[in-house]
Amino acid sequence: MADQDRTIHVPPRPSPWNDPKIRAIIYQIVLIAGVVALGVFLVSNTLTNLQQRQIRTGYGFLDQEAGFFIGETLIPYEAASSYGRAFLVGLLNTLKVSVIGVVLATILGTIIGIARLSQNWIVRRLSSAYVETLRNIPLLLHLFFWYAALTNLLPDTERAANLGLNIFLSKEGLRYPWPEVEPAHIWALTALPFGIAGAVAFSKWAHARQMKTGRQIPLLWPSLAIILGVPLVVWLVGGAPAQFEIPEKTNFGHDGGAAVTPEFMALILGLVTYTASFIAEIVRAGILAVSWGQSEAAGALGLRRGPTLRLVVLPQALRVIIPPMTSQFLNLTKNSSLAVAIGYPDLVSVANTTLNQTGQAIECISLIMAVYLTVSLSIAGAMNWYNRRIALVER
Amino acid sequence: MTAEEATTPQVERPPASVAGPWGWARANLFSTPWNTFLTLASIAVLGWALPPALDWLIFNAVWGHVKPEVCKQADGACWAFISEKYRLILFGRYPFKEQWRPVLAVCALIAMIIFSCNRRFWRAWLGAVWLAGLAIFGTLMWGGVFGLMPVETNLWGGLPLTLILAVVGVVVAFPLSILLALGRRSRMPIVRSFSVAYIELIRGVPLISLLFMASFMLPLFLPNTIKINALLRAQVAIIMFTAAYLAEVVRGGLQSIPKGQYEAAQALGLGFGQMMWKVVLPQAIRAVIPPIVNTFIGMFKDTSLVAIVSLTDLLLATKQAISDPNWRAFFIEGYVFVAFIYFIFCFFMSKYSQHLEKSLRAGERR
Repeated sequence: MADQDRTIHVPPRPSPWNDPKIRAIIYQIVLIAGVVALGVFLVSNTLTNLQQRQIRTGYGFLDQEAGFFIGETLIPYEAASSYGRAFLVGLLNTLKVSVIGVVLATILGTIIGIARLSQNWIVRRLSSAYVETLRNIPLLLHLFFWYAALTNLLPDTERAANLGLNIFLSKEGLRYPWPEVEPAHIWALTALPFGIAGAVAFSKWAHARQMKTGRQIPLLWPSLAIILGVPLVVWLVGGAPAQFEIPEKTNFGHDGGAAVTPEFMALILGLVTYTASFIAEIVRAGILAVSWGQSEAAGALGLRRGPTLRLVVLPQALRVIIPPMTSQFLNLTKNSSLAVAIGYPDLVSVANTTLNQTGQAIECISLIMAVYLTVSLSIAGAMNWYNRRIALVER
Repeated sequence: MTAEEATTPQVERPPASVAGPWGWARANLFSTPWNTFLTLASIAVLGWALPPALDWLIFNAVWGHVKPEVCKQADGACWAFISEKYRLILFGRYPFKEQWRPVLAVCALIAMIIFSCNRRFWRAWLGAVWLAGLAIFGTLMWGGVFGLMPVETNLWGGLPLTLILAVVGVVVAFPLSILLALGRRSRMPIVRSFSVAYIELIRGVPLISLLFMASFMLPLFLPNTIKINALLRAQVAIIMFTAAYLAEVVRGGLQSIPKGQYEAAQALGLGFGQMMWKVVLPQAIRAVIPPIVNTFIGMFKDTSLVAIVSLTDLLLATKQAISDPNWRAFFIEGYVFVAFIYFIFCFFMSKYSQHLEKSLRAGERR
């Protein structure tokens, strides 16, 4: 009897059909089979269709002559250049819009986000009205509106409005003076990274010094002086050339200087005003997330308002703000693809033209997707790394 | 002094400097020099911008049916443009004589949406109501039965097109997104990696590239015998896109459910399906209803992107109305009108989501 009691009751093995492990394997095999079957079906259809319609495949077309003109380019490009170069021009245009858009949208969004928390009732109301209105209207509508407004309401090119400092605004866009290219400018630009490196070294030294002696060394102004000072000295040594190329009036409007097209302006205006309404909400939530007790505690420790903001409030608010902010930056970058609707030559727009000329839809669309995926995934990877770094380490 | 007088509390009114309109203005408008400056500056800006804007919008505007020449002489907005073109904007190229059908169809759809806003009706039969509503919409729009003239989808346009893209997008993408979210949290490695790959792939590319893919590549992917129209192709792209974004929201909800809920369900002997359907999902989805509604708002706005692949939705119909050479000067009126329509829908949804957030949290309040 005693022996029987000691035997361990092993539950009976479930029948294979009810065993979770076996089931999991069966489910996954079915899933793989389904996906493979779908893939084979689609690929075989595509191959027959491509053959029937006599569409070429492969990326060989990238070396061929593009034959279309692109309105604004950051690198030299002409109609005789290759499709590959056209894609590169489009990619650079996308990056240009995204970088400028992100910077401006962050500035505008932060101002509006802070205004939503203002003590002032009117300012609070006005900024809420801005956010509620702008983010409830589709971005594409913003873009159509700005593009139509810029190309219809601005003065004709012959009567371009002078905004002062020889900046001219007309239906053709904005034309402004630009320094003539001199070797000294290029040297100064090359010196900029050295200035930044110098500032980093200075702040490291100041930190070590504070650790050793307990005395704080002012950081902001000396670092700024180093960052800007090094290129300035290089520029002065190079002879300090300050020749500006000023837009000149010709029979057909203005020429010379630098210019931005109405397409670019409409895209930037639409993207920035729209995205700023989302960024404002993120900034507001981030600031609200830091409890008032934190500022009071900092005050009790004897920190003044500046250091309180810099050392206590901002680091905590940024932890809340940065992840959704990054996803807004990514949204802005992806939304810049709407440029195709108003004719700004971004990546999607160039790919669309190429697609219509060559008929190679799969290659063109896969190129668009690959580029955006690379950008998105690399930024997401960087974000994950950053989040891990700043995450609260609890006991 | 009687006893009564002694117990009557002497309520003293707060001094006029902190109560009443003057006190309010002091606290909210003039508390500091900087605050006073902000008040004066914003009043100045409003005073400069508001009267001309109101003059343009209302007082100097041209209303009713008039010729564009009359409008060109007026200083204000030309709402006559809207009176002239509202049917093109709202219904696109739908046959003019049959346009009572999209009116009814849109009304049915909106009535159904408003009906579903009431939490008391969140029961299983609501699904049947939606199927019925969509069936009514489809019958009215397509026709071909009950003596209605058949109308092909390439003639659909304007508001009904925008609404149906959004509604069908939600209805199909939502169950898909739940499957994807469950897949992403599954313990089966292959299921998980497929879900992750799908979600990250779709979220990493812009919607416009999916729309291009649907309109240029889908015909290549399918055998020649299957022809699908442009509306369905765009709808597929919108569903694929929305499902990926919703899946991430639902996953957030699933993550918020404590492990104990799963264990309790298993201890009760519930299988996976019952555990999810009866215990986990109801709580998980309730927790993320506000972000779900936000995703719906984003998706409603994103339906306007179908204009780029030449579907005559509300936005493209407006653009076509503006392209009439007689009325080209009045593009602002057209865009303001259609922006107002989008705004109403989105604003209603966002207010509703705030209301839900509050009423769903009622149980957690102490």
